Amino acid sequence: MSRLKLPELSPRQGLVLGLGALAFVIVLPLLFDPLSGFTDDAILALAYVVMALGLNIVVGFAGLLDLGYVAFYAIGASVVGWFASDFFTGVGGDKGVHILVTGFPSKLLGIHMNILLLLVVAVLFTAIAGVIIGLPTLRLRGDYIAIVTLAFGEIIGRIAANGDSLHFGNGGKYKLTNGRQSISPVDQIHVPFFKEFDSALNLRPYYWFVLALVLLTLFVNFRLRDSRLGRAWIALREDEVAAVSMGVPLVKTKLMAYAAGAAFGGMSGVFLGSYFNSVNANLFQFSFSIFILAMIILGGLGSIWGVVVGAVALSFINSRLIPDVLNNVPSKIGLDFDLTQLSFGIFGFLILVMMVLRPEGLIPERRRQMELTEGVGTDEAVFEVRA
Amino acid sequence: MEAATVTVASPWSTALQALRSFLSKYGLYLVLLALPLRYGIQDLQRDGNLAGLAQNIFAGISNGAIWSLIALGYTLVYGIIELINFAHGDLFMIGSFVAFGLYGTLGLTLATGALGLVVGLLATLLLSMVACGSLNVMIERVGYRPLRSAPKLAPLITAVGFSFILQNVGILWLGGSQRSIPDLINAQTAFFDFAGVSVTHADVLAIFVTIPLVLALTTFVSHSRMGKAMRATAQDPEAAKLMGINVDTTISFTFLLGGLLAGAAGLIYALYQTTIWFFQGFTAGLIAFTAAVMGGIGNLAGAVLGGLIIGIIQQISDDRIGIQWTPAVVFAYLVLIMVFKPQGLIGEQTREAG
Repeated sequence: MSRLKLPELSPRQGLVLGLGALAFVIVLPLLFDPLSGFTDDAILALAYVVMALGLNIVVGFAGLLDLGYVAFYAIGASVVGWFASDFFTGVGGDKGVHILVTGFPSKLLGIHMNILLLLVVAVLFTAIAGVIIGLPTLRLRGDYIAIVTLAFGEIIGRIAANGDSLHFGNGGKYKLTNGRQSISPVDQIHVPFFKEFDSALNLRPYYWFVLALVLLTLFVNFRLRDSRLGRAWIALREDEVAAVSMGVPLVKTKLMAYAAGAAFGGMSGVFLGSYFNSVNANLFQFSFSIFILAMIILGGLGSIWGVVVGAVALSFINSRLIPDVLNNVPSKIGLDFDLTQLSFGIFGFLILVMMVLRPEGLIPERRRQMELTEGVGTDEAVFEVRA
Repeated sequence: MEAATVTVASPWSTALQALRSFLSKYGLYLVLLALPLRYGIQDLQRDGNLAGLAQNIFAGISNGAIWSLIALGYTLVYGIIELINFAHGDLFMIGSFVAFGLYGTLGLTLATGALGLVVGLLATLLLSMVACGSLNVMIERVGYRPLRSAPKLAPLITAVGFSFILQNVGILWLGGSQRSIPDLINAQTAFFDFAGVSVTHADVLAIFVTIPLVLALTTFVSHSRMGKAMRATAQDPEAAKLMGINVDTTISFTFLLGGLLAGAAGLIYALYQTTIWFFQGFTAGLIAFTAAVMGGIGNLAGAVLGGLIIGIIQQISDDRIGIQWTPAVVFAYLVLIMVFKPQGLIGEQTREAG
């Protein structure tokens, strides 16, 4: 099955190549206009890379199919809505609450926190949510886990969409969310020692910021994969019974996978909320979970570089190829429909084709590839279904 | 041994243990009774009778009849190849769309006479069943059969892919928004009133189409030769193969049956709700899956029972909590079932339940 063979590199060559690639992605936005559409697409792609790498921990490493990943996007973005806008006007009296915030937002009402703090808060929130979602799935098997996570994703999406009718605080003064109306505007990103970001003038700082997030995520992912915990995840994925009898703590290991995966979704949610300058509950839908899942399937479940490639590819297909390049194809061949409406059908088709023809993904993880190629071609395949 | 552990344990942990065993035995029943009890008491306090709740329960049962039909499709497929056929809900949506298309083809309008309506709707029922049945067989052939030997997640993921493809077929077909369709049977007109509960045309239709279909299905599975082959394959595909059963054909046939029921449910839904759209299948599929799990997946009677219960819960939630919260309520139930009793209400009857 392996048609795509990467050439073997010596560590030295690898280092040079890696540094070269890093330098390239850092200077990339300088080749384009500060407000170019390409930079915009690239920022989105990188934000999705962070999410896909997070989901890859749960699905790729630990083998727990999570169909409700959008929940963590929702929670991360809501953290921005709550703690970096005038949403909670009235908290802290007529001054508002400001933590490490300077410049324009420091004069606004409501709660305002620095983006770096928001990231920490979102990581905490989503990790806790991940554990809560993980708890009921501990006793369950693969496909049941998928359904329970999906249900949680939908519940959180519903709460976000209808949260304007949930009141709390003294005399129900505060709403939980803004419902279908978005929470907007939220504060611009402001990193200490740098100028305040302004998405109306220059997109490059956003690009570098999210690139830093991606590098952090990559680093954590590689370290996690090669750690004791990472090996425990892979052991659980391969054979739960065997792993547990070898002394892998089932509950802790699974919950750690959910928490770690969720945390990256939260981080990316914080960034996207700040970048879009609004938090909109209409985005928190099941199809988003599948969008991210399709990225890691395309790239190769469990393969970190594969996931990066899958996320970038699918993100560009979604934001550039379908709306800009292919959209007038139907009208050219005499058909009348809007291709952008069908983007999720295209992703569904992509998932299907990948699963049937190349289930190990574009850049497969070596272990999973072995597993898949060994299984193919056995005639008594039917019993494997019951494993 | 047990006595020894009990004497060693502190009273506190004994009580906790008792609570745990109580919850694992009766937790699901408590959860299921929570909503009707809460609103029953509210009704009694406010009106002094239970007419409101009874109306909810009745409407819930007729709604639940549709969920039962869809849930049977999930349960049949899960019973035989242990796959959650994610695309099943969207297949049901296609059933509704086919039915609506056939209204136009057969010239069924509000002006059609009674005889024409009955014959036309029967033809619509048959054709939408056949359409969904064959579509389901095709999906199995293309998406699931090549992956029989792959890890379990692979066919589940292709099922999700098919779900999206079908949804987008729906968008291409009737657009991305809700479409109201002719109310051929005056669905919400009361047929008769019984003890303060009004029974509408839609209720009668739902119940009188569902019952014969369910009976036919259960008879088929328990008595026919193919039904026997299905049960054998479900029990042990390897042994079934050795006994000369064509496992592939049997699995295809199971998908056909599931699809037929989804098609019927699609037509009933179209007549009942009189609005259809591409996204109806996603929610319906999850509700029906919840029903199938609640009854005990793989168990036909369980799927019907679960469908009715979920129908009632959904109706109570629609009416009392607010329609925008209903999906959240149903999904919360799904999670609670998974926590308390993943093998379902009458799951013990199936092989290797849980």
